[in-house]
Amino acid sequence: MAGVRILVGTAKGGFILRGDERREHFTVEGPLFGGWEVFHLAASPVDPERLYASQAGGWFGQIVQRSDDGGRSWNPVDNAFVYDGEVGDHLFYDGTPQPWTFQKVWHLAPSLTDADVVYAGVEDAALFRSDDAGASWGELTGLRQHPSGTQWQPGAGGLCLHTIVQDPTDPGRLTVAISAAGVFVTEDGGASFDPANRGLQSGEIPSEQAEVGHCVHKLAQHPSRPQTLFMQKHWDVMRSDDGGGQWTEISGDLPTDFGFAIDVHAHEPETVYVVPILSDSEHYPPDGALRVYRSRTGGGEWEPLTRGLPQEHCYVNVLRDAMAVDTMDECGVYVGTTGGTVFASRDGGDNWEAVVDHLPRILSVEVQTLP
Amino acid sequence: MIRVTLPAHLRTLARTGREVVVEAAGDPPTIRTVLDALEGAYPVLRGTIRDHTTRQRRAFVRFYACGEDLSQLPPDTPLPDEVVTGREPFAVVGAMAGG
Repeated sequence: MAGVRILVGTAKGGFILRGDERREHFTVEGPLFGGWEVFHLAASPVDPERLYASQAGGWFGQIVQRSDDGGRSWNPVDNAFVYDGEVGDHLFYDGTPQPWTFQKVWHLAPSLTDADVVYAGVEDAALFRSDDAGASWGELTGLRQHPSGTQWQPGAGGLCLHTIVQDPTDPGRLTVAISAAGVFVTEDGGASFDPANRGLQSGEIPSEQAEVGHCVHKLAQHPSRPQTLFMQKHWDVMRSDDGGGQWTEISGDLPTDFGFAIDVHAHEPETVYVVPILSDSEHYPPDGALRVYRSRTGGGEWEPLTRGLPQEHCYVNVLRDAMAVDTMDECGVYVGTTGGTVFASRDGGDNWEAVVDHLPRILSVEVQTLP
Repeated sequence: MIRVTLPAHLRTLARTGREVVVEAAGDPPTIRTVLDALEGAYPVLRGTIRDHTTRQRRAFVRFYACGEDLSQLPPDTPLPDEVVTGREPFAVVGAMAGG
């Protein structure tokens, strides 16, 4: 059935919101895996009925589930994320060495070209790949074993690999982001990685031109321009037009350039969305008003989008994986809040309405556009 | 045959009832062999009770039998006779935690 399917990961389970072609009526299914953290739900671009869920909890660890029928039924797949070779140390918050220890899967990225290939970004930061739809996982060791790995330190949420951007023109090129190590790029499918953090300046670290140590929160890319990447960093909104070779700041006239989520309009590669958050300790929007900001100029000049969003007494956050766009003729934009609301815009951000309220704290939002 | 009781989340995951029965190796069977048998019968439970790599009990999981906490005992500790003979279950418990 034509329409959209919104995949929502929350602190207490997953939800699937099925919307009609006009995106006016949604059914809410869930919670899936109730009581567990569902950090991310993701769909295969090749086979829209194939979904993955990262299900985790403090008691019983990590589970990965797969659905082959659009989320109507699920089966656990392999959950053994075992670091390959000598595990070694990274740095803890206090600067002391700490052995790499698997915590959970933050982000799942099904391949753009092969329905059986899926990538997983995990904490402690590493990249895994499955070639059999999750039946087994292997580490792409070139990342974690990069010489700088011994110097990586966690961000406040942990040493997490939260972003995996695939180049639609080159399956061997992946761009990943780690808090608080930075951006890394592979050109050879994960055998080797290079840091891609030039131009990032982070006042929190001693060297503002450091090769690693940057707290990158999220990357976004328009598929028609794989060399252009947009970044929400801890502070600063950035862009690169050479695949991460050099970054320039595009925060421009934003009221604050702290935030987590960032995304790009489905049909306008220079239209970018962010959700400014007051500060790194005040994780809510300025003035108690939830405003999505849109730039139609690739950054620099931003306009607040407020119609239909709460404009008073609103102190929620939009986490890094909780913004998505659909590819309908008029691009839909979706954000999920820590207050458990999914807001949707059917017109590129001009008008918003709540699709569902009162879910648990929302960790991730993805949307599928179904033919 | 060893009776093993599971906490609710693991029952859901393994798609089974509150209690399962497994055949544990060894004479007598041990904590380790009953967990091996459990994971052999229900592979989806691998990694949920013990860490995949270290085989250490996960921090918020406890083992009880005959009213005793067996959690801190070495994995090769023989199970009590009451468990071996099936009069009492070996209980896998999710620790009470969360505030």
